[in-house]
Amino acid sequence: MTINPRLYPLLTTIGIFIVGYFLCYLQFPNILSTRVVGNLLTDNAYLGIVAVGMTIVILSGGIDLSVGSVIAFSGVFIAVMLRDTDLPAPLIIVMLLVITSAFGAAMGWLIHALAMPAFIVTLAGMFLARGAAYMLTIDSIAITDPFFAAIQNAYWLMPGRGRLTLIGVLMVVVVLAGALLAHRTRFGASVFALGGGEQTARLMGVNVGRTTVLIYAFSGLMAGLSGVVFSVYTGSGYPLATVGTELTAIAAVVIGGTILTGGAGYVIGTLFGVLTMGLIQTYLVFDGSLSSWWTKIVIGMLLLLFILLQKGLLRLTAFGAARA
Amino acid sequence: MLLSITSLSKSFVGTKALQGVDFELAAGEVHALLGENGAGKSTLIKCMTGAYKRDAGEIRLDGVSIDPSSTAEAQALGIGTVYQEVNLLPNLTVAQNLTFGREPRRFGFVDARAQRTQARAMLEPYGLDIDVDRDLGAYSVAIRQIIAIARAVALSGKVLILDEPTASLDAAEVRMLFTIVRKLRAEGLGIIFVSHFLDQVFAICDRVTVLRNGRKIVTEKTADLDRVRLISHMLGRDLEEAAHEHRKHTEAGDDQRGPLLTFEAIGRAGMIEPFDLAVGKGEVIGLAGLLGSGRTESAELLFGVRTSDSGSASDQHGRIAHGSPREAIAAGFGFAPEDRKVDGIIAELSVRENIILALQAKRGWMSKISRQEQDALAERYIGRLDIRTSSADKPIGELSGGNQQKVVLARWLAMNPRFLILDEPTRGIDVGAHAEIVRLIQEITKTGMAVLVISSELEELVAVCDRVIVVRDRRHVTELAGADISTDAIVRAIAQPEAA
Repeated sequence: MTINPRLYPLLTTIGIFIVGYFLCYLQFPNILSTRVVGNLLTDNAYLGIVAVGMTIVILSGGIDLSVGSVIAFSGVFIAVMLRDTDLPAPLIIVMLLVITSAFGAAMGWLIHALAMPAFIVTLAGMFLARGAAYMLTIDSIAITDPFFAAIQNAYWLMPGRGRLTLIGVLMVVVVLAGALLAHRTRFGASVFALGGGEQTARLMGVNVGRTTVLIYAFSGLMAGLSGVVFSVYTGSGYPLATVGTELTAIAAVVIGGTILTGGAGYVIGTLFGVLTMGLIQTYLVFDGSLSSWWTKIVIGMLLLLFILLQKGLLRLTAFGAARA
Repeated sequence: MLLSITSLSKSFVGTKALQGVDFELAAGEVHALLGENGAGKSTLIKCMTGAYKRDAGEIRLDGVSIDPSSTAEAQALGIGTVYQEVNLLPNLTVAQNLTFGREPRRFGFVDARAQRTQARAMLEPYGLDIDVDRDLGAYSVAIRQIIAIARAVALSGKVLILDEPTASLDAAEVRMLFTIVRKLRAEGLGIIFVSHFLDQVFAICDRVTVLRNGRKIVTEKTADLDRVRLISHMLGRDLEEAAHEHRKHTEAGDDQRGPLLTFEAIGRAGMIEPFDLAVGKGEVIGLAGLLGSGRTESAELLFGVRTSDSGSASDQHGRIAHGSPREAIAAGFGFAPEDRKVDGIIAELSVRENIILALQAKRGWMSKISRQEQDALAERYIGRLDIRTSSADKPIGELSGGNQQKVVLARWLAMNPRFLILDEPTRGIDVGAHAEIVRLIQEITKTGMAVLVISSELEELVAVCDRVIVVRDRRHVTELAGADISTDAIVRAIAQPEAA
């Protein structure tokens, strides 16, 4: 049984994560515990969720730079609404998700209708969302709502006293749902088709406009959900939060084996991209003497590795096609 | 009739791409659609497949008038197309490509197993047993083409349009493709075959329709046609019509005669076999041949657009480098490419800016041509070439094709080259401008400048050239000179199968 070359990048990502985890374990045996695993999921929940949206966008050949700002906006929106109104928390969350989805849909519509590069449109969206967050407040506002407190404290105790939190589980569920959406629906097929080439996609019968709007609406929804999770995680809303998170999410997607130009990749890979980046941070915490800059340096090297890997793979498959 | 098209017309701004074209396709027929560049083949196909909206005329499929507004609609009606650049997605698996848009689903989600089974079943009649879970991009062009045909037949199933399907296939792959085409014909499909490989047309097609300048010239049974007649239909000259105006040789003095450049063994594997070319002062050399024969490739090698595998170029002072357009320009070459809109003009820039473009590039960006000099140059050439424009500052994109071509010519004349290559200089311009360009070519050679003209218009070559080189199947096969040049002789040289 030969392995389908499609799977190489995904297998590499998973391989790097497992080897990395094993190397950390050799130095710090405690790292292999349910506590660490639980924390890994909890600490990276918001990043994992937003990265799922980013994966879909990148698979379609696009980019969404607005998500970091949207997460910050979401936190501030929730905090301000809880403070200034009597609306119940679940309703506020639903309102927020509607707003961020509509925001994404509007960007998608602009990208399609004006034939504008996604980079520019979502860059404008990034400033817009950040500005909107500042308009609501310039301070960090604590969230004291009991509903949020309940979510924050919801966890299952795993054997070995590790905490599997609700937001950690939510992230895994979102990844699985994203994978189903990308790989097992006609919408997902259209996303891949767009990433393969818009002209060809149109010839094969893809409704390019509708698909583009849906893609960015989904990314907006994920950014909003990520904002909810982030505000649960930090217990506050702060307009200066998550600056640059869109780039971290893009890095996670690429390390997860998705090709930045679109058309090839796996949502599950993104989960491992996020976990790999989390693992590096965990290692630094365990070591205690290393500076946190090392996170960025290692992430930079990993990104470079994956870009080279993808180039190499492309050449390999081109060679295969030439021989076939 | 399976498909019948009557008096179809389609115009674009300024040009009539199709004028009253009739076309018929029977079930169980392979029908070749032939014509040179700009004849209207692709416009006709795009009208059938819904990519273009026709201006007038009727398309009937199975006797019912149709008016598809998108490729998807045409596909659903029964007209499927497979393009030379296969229009499938290389990043999806074979199975995904085959079932795209009609994926089998269970509980709302794509059923991968059923998808695989369905894909294998679709490929089975073609004798293709491949791993349908692999990316399409992992397979060769020939296999992709069969997959594209399988998809088109399954989706549409009445009319199959094959647009240059064999352009990137080798001989064995072409045979494999033809077996499939014959099988589909036997099953009652109507197949339209577009190709510029005449051997293949004779090998597989039942009937041939030739288009030229947007009009239908003829539809005939392949069996009743021979190559010479077919080519003269395509290039549009009746052999009997022998009244030709020969080039009146320039009455230049002796100092304007004599050898100018010598090219030896210029060639590139896969493009054109090595050829020699001696260019004399004030000489006009024509390159004749069908589309895809290697005419343009020859010119590109001379001008360094592509580098030659072998050979050398020299003048009376010794070797000259022409490995890149930059070097070629420095050596005094000029090149007005075939696709004026893409390679020739910069539509947003003004007439003046387009004229000084190459001269400025030659002088380097450090020494800007002064506005005064620019105006003088523009004025001179607008006058000399009679470029019809309201102002030198008008964007060139707003000019007619003939005037655009004159601006491109002016650009090179401003450089005062010694060797100018013109690829299809009269393509897509009206008859009046046509005659003017021909006159201009005559005129500029009086100063000793040599010109190489590539053209599908044989009369034009006959009228303007001192010598005509005939290119066939990527080889320079024959050279005609002086009184031997006639449309008749050129057509015969092009038509001759293997070695004259």
